[in-house]
Amino acid sequence: MEGNSTDTYTGNRGLRLEEPLIFEQDAPGRSGVDLPEPPPVQSRLGGLDRPDAIGLPGLSEPQVVRHYTRLSQKNYAIDAGFYPLGSCTMKHNPRLNEKMARLPGFADLHPLQPEATVQGALRLIDTLAHWIKTLTGMPAVAMSPAAGAHGELCGLMTARTALEARGDGRKRVLVPDSAHGTNPATAAICGYAVEAIPLNDRGRVDLNALKDALDEDVAAFMLTNPNTCGLFEDEILEQAQAVHDAGAFFYCDGANFNAIVGRVRPGDLGIDCMHLNLHKTFSTPHGGGGPGSGPVVLSEALADYAPRPWVVHGEDGFSLVEHEDEAAQAAPYGRMKAFHGQMGMFVRALAYMMSHGSDGLRQASSDAVLNANYLLASLSKELSLAYDGPCMHEVLFDDGFLKGTDVTTLDFAKAMIDEGFHPMTMYFPLVVHGALLMEPTETESRESLDQFIETMRHLAKRAKDGDAQAFHDAPVHTPRRRLDETAAARRPILRWRPDPVQGEAAE
Amino acid sequence: MRYLPLTEADRRDMLVVIGAPSVDSLFSDVPDSVHLAEPVDLPAHQGELEVERALTAMAAENMAAGSVPFFLGAGAYRHHVPASVNHLIQRGEFLTSYTPYQPEVSQGTLQYLFEFQTQVALITGMDVANASMYDGATSCAEAALMARRVTRKADVVLSGGLHPHYTETTETLLKFLDSTIDVLPPDIDGNEDIAAQIADGTACVVVQYPDMFGRVRDLQPIADACHDAGALLVVVMNEVVALGALKPPGDMGADIVAAEGRSIGNPLNFGGPYVGLFAAREKYVRQMPGRLAGETVDVDGKRGWVLTLSTREQHIRREKATSNICTNSGLCALAFTIHLSLLGEDGFRRLAAINHAKTVQLADRFAAAGIEVVNDTFFNELTVRLAEPAAPVVDRLAVEGILAGVPVSRLRPGDDALTNLLLVAVTETVTDDDMDRLCAALKEAA
Repeated sequence: MEGNSTDTYTGNRGLRLEEPLIFEQDAPGRSGVDLPEPPPVQSRLGGLDRPDAIGLPGLSEPQVVRHYTRLSQKNYAIDAGFYPLGSCTMKHNPRLNEKMARLPGFADLHPLQPEATVQGALRLIDTLAHWIKTLTGMPAVAMSPAAGAHGELCGLMTARTALEARGDGRKRVLVPDSAHGTNPATAAICGYAVEAIPLNDRGRVDLNALKDALDEDVAAFMLTNPNTCGLFEDEILEQAQAVHDAGAFFYCDGANFNAIVGRVRPGDLGIDCMHLNLHKTFSTPHGGGGPGSGPVVLSEALADYAPRPWVVHGEDGFSLVEHEDEAAQAAPYGRMKAFHGQMGMFVRALAYMMSHGSDGLRQASSDAVLNANYLLASLSKELSLAYDGPCMHEVLFDDGFLKGTDVTTLDFAKAMIDEGFHPMTMYFPLVVHGALLMEPTETESRESLDQFIETMRHLAKRAKDGDAQAFHDAPVHTPRRRLDETAAARRPILRWRPDPVQGEAAE
Repeated sequence: MRYLPLTEADRRDMLVVIGAPSVDSLFSDVPDSVHLAEPVDLPAHQGELEVERALTAMAAENMAAGSVPFFLGAGAYRHHVPASVNHLIQRGEFLTSYTPYQPEVSQGTLQYLFEFQTQVALITGMDVANASMYDGATSCAEAALMARRVTRKADVVLSGGLHPHYTETTETLLKFLDSTIDVLPPDIDGNEDIAAQIADGTACVVVQYPDMFGRVRDLQPIADACHDAGALLVVVMNEVVALGALKPPGDMGADIVAAEGRSIGNPLNFGGPYVGLFAAREKYVRQMPGRLAGETVDVDGKRGWVLTLSTREQHIRREKATSNICTNSGLCALAFTIHLSLLGEDGFRRLAAINHAKTVQLADRFAAAGIEVVNDTFFNELTVRLAEPAAPVVDRLAVEGILAGVPVSRLRPGDDALTNLLLVAVTETVTDDDMDRLCAALKEAA
């Protein structure tokens, strides 16, 4: 049977290799490092020496290398194929950027070295900040947030700090129905009540609903633009006017900035703060879920309320403002994390920007939008388009085309896996039924898109032709088939533990 | 442009399929008044050689830690990382994959996260750990939030031995949540009575182990005092290598351990990216922030892994989530896991023993040279009291090619009692010659 690997003695199937946990390969006394005998000294641990064995497994270096090489082969990746995960911007990760980030002059720097010994690092942060401010048309940027959600928190806290500085204790934040989950979660940590704003029938924020919700109790409106339906908010200038008329701040989630880099500056749209995901738009690798980097650009109205630290340039070169008294802020904000920000990501992002240049960044966003519209035009007959185009960098379909087929969006996604693609984002945004959100990015060639389009047409036809069982069975060509997530949540097993019976037998 | 596959012919043909006259027309929803006609005022594209030359020049303006005798710690400790770690984490299947939302094509990521969680639980002596946070400071702040959820109490007590960046990060995260944060004064002499600060409204007490001055102490009495009062004990660690030598927080009553894990597997990176470790008692698992990988089976009954307990998280629970965190430190967690797998039980313990022994040696040399060490106990960091302010001494020694340590005033300026204090960390990367040079240089300032 397909997908059942018990037909070999080992359970392996050629290049598809089974691999136990690292803990199941333990041989006491083995090690993957050669360390010298420590010099004999009198312990100064205050009697708090670790009494028992920790339980870490012992393996040699070749075993460890083989283990993690085998694990890597169980992953799909942008290096390996098309990864049209909507709102995630899975674009090519240039290896030049990896090489630059690993230069000892960047990677082997301690964050608290004397400033005179890190002038190049501070120059790099300052240079990246200049690119970011120029591309967004904003006067200031807070560099320290570690990821998108952390940037959201930074932006919203900056807004709240500014409001409180003027004695304004507003209590609500408005968030569209289509927003990422991080937006309402962030607002809650900022101590705000969240109020949802509906979309209109064109997939944009309902301007009248927004105006009705705005009053002197609203602190901020959090918009994603282009939005999560892949559309540019064409009434954004009117939204900004309404938000500012109500005395609130306009937060923009910049997760989708890749669509408009070099073509539209958020600063021209009336936005007060926006985070950038350097790991999306500026190509620092996603790394299986991080690390990211989420600098936040700020308008004049918010620039004075930024979190510490920041880089300044004086007569003696660059220095860092790390403390409240040096910052001389009317309303001190605080600090988002330890040290100065995601330096390793800054190096990669600047290498990306310098490689593309002003012209290449504009071309990249143009190609990203062109590729998405090519998918839209090529698939709107076979799939069901959620909203009319043109779209921006991603295109949203709903599951209307699967009606009556007994195939769900999830089934369809799993069948795509068997065809060698990573699925699109599924069931998000929540505003359309069974959402399929596809973001091709500028990385894909026309040949790659054409193969994807033909595959989608084939799968849609197969679903409509009544072959639902094949979809229910998918995927079959993967290291594991569908996994039981319900069982995992009902009885969580979150770590390996030694088998007690085997343990006794060993003794 | 080397990263863009579309040719001019492709673009023309694709526009025909789309039925649009130009790429500009695809941006018709952008109001005319804000649509830029020309590229912004930044340099044009460059080849790989030119970019490499420019960035290498910037890197050369810095004094790399490995190029000189180096003694900085204060939350970031320099360790040797085996070459295979850096090789393995750059495999494209790890480097260029997304969060493992499609488990059938992400078993590699999910399995190493499960291994990471297990390793973190083992070394901290805790039941469970998550799949990482941004860094130690944000882990600390999230631990305070979690303690508030678990205890349904609002207030937090932060030890004067806590790294000031962790204190500030926690204060920042809680600043709009109606929480009273009791920050104790710097605990230079190690006689802080933090149990006396616990009140009815205390959700948690946060202590650091070893503390910011390098001192270690038994945490069990503090844990007992917390539990008697219905509060949680959060133990923060800056230097997880210490867990190869020290009794783990889980053996001393800790409810949550929030640690910086970068020491294992990852370079100093001028402060980021780092990797936050977050471990807790099993009974609190549903209040934990961040992602969790869990074991399950597939339809063929074969063992596999998925992200689990997602109903805690923002993409499901939105404003009711336990945290807003989404992206974490996945690849840094992988580096941690590979390095710790290479070390194994024996290597990890020996690495810790070497760090401690070298630090004892330096403390002995300081004593012989008449340089005052403030902390009587330590793992791999000493607080030295100089006869003059530490910051100018450190600046002066940097000119001589010695990176001597972190002046406490860099973290807490304006406190006279701290001005002359210098934090000196010693790891396996420090040589006898390095110690001799430091000792000779500091003797003049002692």
